[in-house]
Amino acid sequence: MTASLLSVEQMDRAAIERVLDRSESFAEVSGREIKKVPALRGRTVVNLFYEASTRTRSSFELAAIRLSADVVNIHQTGSSIEKGESLRDTVQTLSAYDPSAIVIRSPQAGAAALAARFTDAAVVNAGDGKHAHPTQALLDVFTLRRRLGSLDGVNVWIVGDVRHSRVARSDVTAFTRMGAKVTLAGPPTLLPREIETLGATVTPRLDGIAEADAIYVLRMQNERMHESFVPSLREYARYYQINADRVRPGQLVMHPGPVNRGVEISAEVIDSKQSLIGEQVRAGVAVRMAVLYELLVGTPPLATDGEEVSR
Amino acid sequence: MSEAASAKLFYARQAAATLLIRGAHVLDPRTGLDEVHDVLVREGRIAEIGAPGTVVAPAGATTIDATGKHLFPAFTDPHVHLRTPGLEYKETIATGTAAAAAGGYCQVLAMPNAIPVVDSVSVLQGLTLRAEREAVIPTGFLAAITVGERGEALTGMAGLSDAGAVGFTDDGKPVAHAGVLRKALQYQHLAGGVIALHEEDPTLSSDGVMHEGAVSAQLGVSGIPSISESTMIARDAELAGYEDATVHFQHVSAAESVRALATARERGVHATGEATPHHLLLTDEAVRGLDTNLKMNPPLRAERDRQAVIEALRNGVLDCIATDHAPHARHEKEVAFEEAPMGTTGLESAFAAIYSELVVPGVLPLALLIERITAGCALFGVPGPRIEPGSEANLVLVDLERSFVVGEGGYVSRAANCCFAGRSFRGQIELTVAAGQVAYAAAGILDPAPAEV
Repeated sequence: MTASLLSVEQMDRAAIERVLDRSESFAEVSGREIKKVPALRGRTVVNLFYEASTRTRSSFELAAIRLSADVVNIHQTGSSIEKGESLRDTVQTLSAYDPSAIVIRSPQAGAAALAARFTDAAVVNAGDGKHAHPTQALLDVFTLRRRLGSLDGVNVWIVGDVRHSRVARSDVTAFTRMGAKVTLAGPPTLLPREIETLGATVTPRLDGIAEADAIYVLRMQNERMHESFVPSLREYARYYQINADRVRPGQLVMHPGPVNRGVEISAEVIDSKQSLIGEQVRAGVAVRMAVLYELLVGTPPLATDGEEVSR
Repeated sequence: MSEAASAKLFYARQAAATLLIRGAHVLDPRTGLDEVHDVLVREGRIAEIGAPGTVVAPAGATTIDATGKHLFPAFTDPHVHLRTPGLEYKETIATGTAAAAAGGYCQVLAMPNAIPVVDSVSVLQGLTLRAEREAVIPTGFLAAITVGERGEALTGMAGLSDAGAVGFTDDGKPVAHAGVLRKALQYQHLAGGVIALHEEDPTLSSDGVMHEGAVSAQLGVSGIPSISESTMIARDAELAGYEDATVHFQHVSAAESVRALATARERGVHATGEATPHHLLLTDEAVRGLDTNLKMNPPLRAERDRQAVIEALRNGVLDCIATDHAPHARHEKEVAFEEAPMGTTGLESAFAAIYSELVVPGVLPLALLIERITAGCALFGVPGPRIEPGSEANLVLVDLERSFVVGEGGYVSRAANCCFAGRSFRGQIELTVAAGQVAYAAAGILDPAPAEV
């Protein structure tokens, strides 16, 4: 069976670095006028999206196109998914077209691993529930490494709604594997019990945030108010918003997007020189090209431990 | 009338067994038997227990050479889901009780959370009639505490009791409102029947699908905290004590719950509890792969919870082993973890799993396992199995040396969602006699033995 990328857990530091190095060369391709290489000519990549997405979906599509693959995009609306077809049946149906890769985004944890059971194609997890988002973590590491040269000894604070964030989980693993020290900060109601077992320091207060070399801001979703995880967006912003008062000179600021201006992050910080948010989006295409390339034609095959969702 | 019938158990009548089981190690903690004997079953009753070679086979008896094997009172399970009526694609009374017989059980009690819910006499009578046609072993039925298991209005508990319900439960759900449960506990003084409680606070379980702990935090899967169960056990034990009612706590899974139950019992509350094989043997670590067969409610918890459940089973705070056999169709479990229905099957593997994982390593004595795995239905007033002359034959013959891989040869149950699938266990069930009838016999076991010389 083809190797799949289900979670960043399955990648050791060497595998992460291999993808990052490959991403550098594809970033160079993205800077050319003709942004296309023939690496995946004649191969098919299916994007199967069970959840709304702008940047992840468009960057996977662009990545496949720039590698010269044929691309099929399937979204929740207007497809058999909407008619209640099971994930298994959809994946098996699409596999009849013999795709090289299936990129899947789902609101359910473990959906990518489940899909991998029913197809011979490489499966790339483009986000599964609150579980994992490995390509986001890879592009975050890529962006920060590009700026800092290395993540060894770097202090990263991830701030906000950790509970509902697959990005936070995958980033803790990717950053720490690359040598960084990670702190998770946010409202106590949004810090899952025992989340420190991921290998991060956990705090409900931003008192020590000056020590951070990079502040990674998580998206604060409106629906969390209805669930009473925080009393109000205003109260959240008062205690956790990353704004000019909380960012010291020299610190870098990241965000997975889409941002809620004025909620988890202030407009001035988003648009400041310290913000890497635009670079993260640009990196998305190059990193996803690298992931598809290394999974499908990389030699030796990208080292993945073969475990489905384990860590 | 048989003992089973007098105790509100229903099953299909077949010929009463006449068997001579020679040379098995007979172990029954209740009657004190613990040595090699011949046991003669005549017309469905235990007729004679004697030293090996001393019991003479009557004409027409099947003789079984059981040398090296063990004969126990057959097991009883106060908590199974037979998915009837309405969910027969998952399991039926016929397949579920056949699975029970294959697992060594002589009695099971079925939960009422079917479609429709067993909350009226007419639905209950439909079940008892079906059981009299299809049930391979004596089967009892619990009726719902509240109409539709909606936690609002009480069912006609007294009428249901008269129509054959052995007790009441809203299993699958808690009775969330204390005031509703309190009325049920008061009404128990008229209706009789133990009230069995599935304990969780819906506001604490919220959207949880596995135990809240390190594994759920790392996986990003919503957790069900231990306190969801323990606070409700503490609350309902208080209510039961106040109303002098009798309650049974189902599938106790957390260390805090064990403590709450122990405290209530010390105060004299009439409360019993059950432990499942999966909570005795597995933890949330097993859920890392998001295998949906390991998704059940209450969820597999942390190692300290597992140890607390084992200790409670050992010291008697938990009275019995119950499987919570919860069959689901293959396609229902072949979905993402959060979408999958809760439940694992367990009847066919319960004894072997616990024997292999807790008795063989010396954690629990074999006699204690036999006592606890035969105690469940008696908590609901059903006479339990006993190995002594004159008793109805409820026996299981086990080869403790023989091992098997769970699910390798398929299942007798209609469902395949067993949390132990693929595990190798020792303790193959060879013969189950339930209410004096042969309910299960492994291939060849009843073939005529070579003529004795």
